[in-house]
Amino acid sequence: MNAAYEKILGGKSGLLGLLILAGLLLVVFPLAFDIFRLNLVGKYLAYAFVAVGLVLCWGYGGILSLGQGVFFGLGGYCMAMFLKLEASDPVSTKIQSTPGIPDFMDWNQITELPLLWQPFHSFGFTLLAVLLVPTVLALVIGAAMFKRRVGDVYFSIVTQAIAAILSILIIGQQGLTGGVNGITDLKTLMGWDIRTDSAKLVLYFVNAGLLIGCILAGRFILGSKLGRLLVAMRDKEERVRFSGYDVASFKVFVFCAAAVFSAIGGAMFTLQVGFMSPSFVGIVPSIEMVIYAAVGGRMSLLGAVYGTLLVNFGKTFFSESFPELWLFLMGGLFIAVVMYFPNGLAGLYQSHGKLLLSKLAGRKRGPVRNAAPPAGAKPPAAVAAAETDIELPHGSLEASK
Amino acid sequence: MSGNPIGFESSDRPVLAIEDLTVSFDGFKAVDGLNFYVERNEVRVVIGPNGAGKTTVLDLICGKTQATAGSIQFKNRELTKMREHEIVQAGVGRKFQTPSIYENLSVFENLEMSFPRGRKVFGALVFKRTAEVVERVEAVAREIFLDAQLYQQADLLSHGQKQWLEIGMLLMQEPELLMLDEPVAGMSVSEREKTAELLGRISKGRSVLVIEHDMEFVKSIAHKVTVLHQGKILAEGSMESVQANPKVIEVYLGH
Repeated sequence: MNAAYEKILGGKSGLLGLLILAGLLLVVFPLAFDIFRLNLVGKYLAYAFVAVGLVLCWGYGGILSLGQGVFFGLGGYCMAMFLKLEASDPVSTKIQSTPGIPDFMDWNQITELPLLWQPFHSFGFTLLAVLLVPTVLALVIGAAMFKRRVGDVYFSIVTQAIAAILSILIIGQQGLTGGVNGITDLKTLMGWDIRTDSAKLVLYFVNAGLLIGCILAGRFILGSKLGRLLVAMRDKEERVRFSGYDVASFKVFVFCAAAVFSAIGGAMFTLQVGFMSPSFVGIVPSIEMVIYAAVGGRMSLLGAVYGTLLVNFGKTFFSESFPELWLFLMGGLFIAVVMYFPNGLAGLYQSHGKLLLSKLAGRKRGPVRNAAPPAGAKPPAAVAAAETDIELPHGSLEASK
Repeated sequence: MSGNPIGFESSDRPVLAIEDLTVSFDGFKAVDGLNFYVERNEVRVVIGPNGAGKTTVLDLICGKTQATAGSIQFKNRELTKMREHEIVQAGVGRKFQTPSIYENLSVFENLEMSFPRGRKVFGALVFKRTAEVVERVEAVAREIFLDAQLYQQADLLSHGQKQWLEIGMLLMQEPELLMLDEPVAGMSVSEREKTAELLGRISKGRSVLVIEHDMEFVKSIAHKVTVLHQGKILAEGSMESVQANPKVIEVYLGH
């Protein structure tokens, strides 16, 4: 069969993959886990936003950011500031020397709510800030770097430095940010207690829904001409540039998209976990997030979610049983991924799992495949690109990128 | 030109006018005070020994290398101040020495990528493969002898076909100046003949600037030949006059 036909098959299995993931997140997990475990999964899935963003900017765009924690953290802090203000009403903080301001400010002898915090009384503003603050930062970093053609490892180093700077800044500005403890003791969202089991369940579903939304947005981007341009740029940047494209603007775009995804994840993390701290901003968490994407397969939006879940399940299991071993295991896992299966779980599925699956479940897959939307009048290649996920050509995948 | 009314474009004004162009790398002048003109509808071939500065001249025109001094005027627009993608959008297309195509994409997608629409971020997001795009891609594919391979992945093409594909990608942009760096390198004899025929066809309505070593091929396509040597023009004229030039024979053709 010709290549285009293969691509359509891949596209349909892409749809199938999304349905399986949705079933797992929306049906299987809520049924299988108690609320404590489900909340834990929800926390992992908040990280998955970052991994999905990394698939876009690292896997397809070739931009390895080692500072995605920055965007995750900014989104999380914006949300935490709103929740903290709500939790710090004058009645519940009346024992403070200045009632009505967050407790950590009171401890730091601050007597008035800082200007930076004022607008976070508004939920609308907060939502906007969750989305815009990280995007604007990504835009500034991206424009400054990519217009000057700073790329590859240099870009990674710069993002890592930014992650370090931001976490140091947050820790240093204790009165403004809660310092190393972060912003804790978050209680309600517009009067709705987020600590109850029912709230946790609702937030879990909102989180899962948003994640699937981000995956769809990612597919839309990758399926458009922009997605093909990203792959083309990663492999032949000069050719794209000399075909009349401003390469930098596309890199900035995909970096911003990854930042927005991360920020949504950060905000959902704060809501589900009930606090935000600099330990999710710095270099170590940022690198962990890259490992999620690497383990899942950096060319696969769905794989990134599985990678995040797997690594975090592993982390929880091992750090409960053999806490001292976990970091070594994590390091070993990353080395193994880079050296032996550079396309992660999705790559393994591509090379081995698919064959096995078609043998085992050939009959089961039939009807689902028919349920896929008809290709319509679009030429085969367009359909393939629109629905392809793990199927997109992998090209030169040096581990260093 | 001062006597002409505003907007008047004299027909004898060259499409590309390079004047006093110099570029030096750490003191070494790869191109040294070059004056060079290409007319409309002209096929110009630049030859010269290795290190003569041929590829550097193309790099300078398309913005890949910044000039140290001098000017490059394309249709009265100064290219030395423009960024690469702006130069392409102004109508300059450039093929690289080794075929530079997107190996993971099909021939169709390779050509489509150069279709001059959806070049901005938002445009690329909403770009739709309309009938106009398909028609244009198919027309160009016929022109470059690849209409039968349209849905084949590009890395399965032969070396010669890859060269044609890259030329086709340039044609998609409808450039007014087409620059080809060694278009027949690695091609078989019959592929060379077809390429010569292709260049003859596509040079109508645009100017073509070619760097080539294969003298038979140069003879078959060149309207005019420029010989570069140590960043300077050694000789310029018809193929016969250049071949008869004793200076040229000494530095280049002689050995």
